[in-house]
Amino acid sequence: MHILDSVDAASLRSDVPDFRPGDTLKVNVNVVEGSRSRVQAFQGVVIARQGGGVRETFTIRKVSFGVGVERTFPVHSPTLESIEVVTRGDVRRAKLYYLRKLRGKKAKIKEKRETPAPKKG
Amino acid sequence: MTTLPQNAKPITAALGTKLGMTQVWDEAGRLVPVTVVQVGTNVVTQVRTEDVDGYAAVQLAYGQIDPRKVTQPLKGHFEKAGVTPRRHVAEVRTPDSAEYALGQEITAEAFAAGQTVDVSGTTKGKGTAGVMKRHGFSGVGASHGAHRNHRKAGSIGGASTPSRVFKGMRMAGRMGHERQTTQNLTVHAVDAERGLLLVKGAVPGPKGGVVLVRSAVKGA
Repeated sequence: MHILDSVDAASLRSDVPDFRPGDTLKVNVNVVEGSRSRVQAFQGVVIARQGGGVRETFTIRKVSFGVGVERTFPVHSPTLESIEVVTRGDVRRAKLYYLRKLRGKKAKIKEKRETPAPKKG
Repeated sequence: MTTLPQNAKPITAALGTKLGMTQVWDEAGRLVPVTVVQVGTNVVTQVRTEDVDGYAAVQLAYGQIDPRKVTQPLKGHFEKAGVTPRRHVAEVRTPDSAEYALGQEITAEAFAAGQTVDVSGTTKGKGTAGVMKRHGFSGVGASHGAHRNHRKAGSIGGASTPSRVFKGMRMAGRMGHERQTTQNLTVHAVDAERGLLLVKGAVPGPKGGVVLVRSAVKGA
């Protein structure tokens, strides 16, 4: 699909932060209700990132009032006001679908401990 | 001969190359699947008029070709129009053919965003295909004693009456690689600078295939 890279370039966003599965994100979504629009936040754990280029999407899972809620957003969607990384998670999988079966403390993701930058020398 | 009503309105048309599909966002933030068609420069090589040819049409030519590959008759034809030889030639009927001049160039700018178009191309060849793939037959059950006939067609007609198979009976055979027109596609955007048309939806043919984009026959 490299032929169409120049076409896709116009649709790509440059303000997408670096994030990977396991991270907790706060996604601010523009919601249009009739004539006015407002920003709705959706905060949860990234359980998957799939696709590439302009069609890349990510899935966020949160537990709301005891019910698991998952939403999938295109990474480069213009309806996303902003994406904030809340915490970095320490996980060993690219797809965290196992979280769907877990509840409570087991569904918690370890926070990544920031390793000091390796010394150059 | 009466002219059909759809032949009454002027047609804009151009040959192009299908580059592939991608997606873009519209102004409301919705995802739009688009096919990118590169409409290079088309040239008018012949203008057919009611008086001379009995019908009104414009002949368009498009694409590069090695000049050594052009046959003498074609070479003369292009010379008459005052253009260098092109690879593909197509004729499009339009009542306003008299407004075109020989050698006139047609680019992507002829189309406007929001306009509906019909796109013709040659579909991908599928080779020999069975009736399920070729005609959408249901086949036979996977179990319940079905014996080695899961994808078969079933009956193809009666026995001693009519003691033949009716013509046109749908059977297995060569599929694809035939001309197909997809009607009423919307032009999502036009990139005149690069000569690209972003057509909403799918267009027949493989990537790199030559397609004819023309304004829609149907609709107002």
